Amino acid sequence: MAGLLSPEEWQVVVLSLKVSGVAILIDLPLAFALAWLLARGRFPGKVLLDAIVHLPLVLPPVVTGWMLLLAFGSNGPVGRFLLDTFGLGLIFRWTGAALAAAIMALPLMVRAIRLSLEEVDRRLESAARTLGAGPWRTFASVTLPLALPGVMAALVLGFARSIGEFGATITFASNIPGETRTLPLAIYTALQIPGSEGDVARLAIISVLLSLAALVISETLTRRSGQRKAGHAL
Amino acid sequence: MPFDVDIALQRGSAHIAARFQVGPGLTALFGTSGAGKTSVLNAVAGLIRPQSGRIAVGEEVLYDGATRLHLAPEKRACGYVFQDSRLFPHKTVRDNLLFGWKLAPAARRWMALEEASEFLGIAHLLKRMPRTLSGGEMQRVAIGRALLSGPRFLLMDEPLSSLDEERRGGVMQVIERIRDELALPILYVSHDRREVDRLADHVVTLGPEGTRVMPGIRTSDAPAARRAALRPVPSTPHNP
Repeated sequence: MAGLLSPEEWQVVVLSLKVSGVAILIDLPLAFALAWLLARGRFPGKVLLDAIVHLPLVLPPVVTGWMLLLAFGSNGPVGRFLLDTFGLGLIFRWTGAALAAAIMALPLMVRAIRLSLEEVDRRLESAARTLGAGPWRTFASVTLPLALPGVMAALVLGFARSIGEFGATITFASNIPGETRTLPLAIYTALQIPGSEGDVARLAIISVLLSLAALVISETLTRRSGQRKAGHAL
Repeated sequence: MPFDVDIALQRGSAHIAARFQVGPGLTALFGTSGAGKTSVLNAVAGLIRPQSGRIAVGEEVLYDGATRLHLAPEKRACGYVFQDSRLFPHKTVRDNLLFGWKLAPAARRWMALEEASEFLGIAHLLKRMPRTLSGGEMQRVAIGRALLSGPRFLLMDEPLSSLDEERRGGVMQVIERIRDELALPILYVSHDRREVDRLADHVVTLGPEGTRVMPGIRTSDAPAARRAALRPVPSTPHNP
């Protein structure tokens, strides 16, 4: 297996996995909090929040990347703060690629978790309360386990979306080998070089395999939770 | 007075008022559908908050509009048996039964898992998942789950309505045994006259013209001696 790819290509694959893994770990608590607010909250401006969360899904990714530059660039308010306070640089760094991937994956993850939270039968939560469970205990022992397949699906979907992220990444974090050159950027770069069709094909096959695996896992998780609700074998 | 209820509730556009004081035993909340029977039960459980009034069970005040007291459901020590059993689908029967038991302070537990499963005839089901149970089995597990949480009183919302005629008899006997042997005060919602006649010590009728309280008939009352002979030795006697 190791012989199939050059060291540079391995670097690309490992970097892609790292960037995507960090992206969904950043997203998970944020996506869960947003999904909870949207599924259970009743507050003014909920429609607006919903729209803002979904914005990266419909905006041209290059626009998202540019807006990230404005906010998180070295001269942007948040970027300046992160750099001065934590020494955390984002531009031209893999951390910037992870941030871009996280923003792009967020709406998908919020959607998946929100759906699973809306599916949880609130009457089971009432039952738990009458049996002596406080709000937190009810959340931990009833709500969360019942929503878990959706959370898992969100992680897988977010991971797949991050692996494929291109436009916002190249705009915001640029295309630096070993730092921000993830799979799609490497494929794009190889396409620019005449005679490197073989490289493109190998990287593309890896992309297809990773995405396929993610979809199969996500589908299995969704189906399993559906079966449980329908009362068939788990 | 086990149940001392005087509340006003607003559910959607419907205004519900209920006022009754009843003694020990099983109290049936009777009335047509839409009269607000379940809402009254939910208010006693603390799942909804009345607009005004007062709810006390035994000596303990659970809700008092005047002093803005509204105990959280988990602090009320009520065993609520819902119409649709509401077993946790991701937990085994055993874990369902022990859910409230584990949360109850040791001093409040008055029944053990073995005792409850024998009492309800569900010992052979402990390892099963709720979805594999029949309606009657589910309802008996739900009753067990409520009893094991160490309740001071029981709330039952048409626990027989989802069962066929055959299964009703079995669950009805269980309810009679809870009433007689465990001596738990029970507030029992029903719209079925026969059920109410058979089970109730007191009948509270909710309706647009107000609340009416009457003594029950208890048609199944056999002489106490015969009843004792028919039934196994009581489980843990207690006095909530």
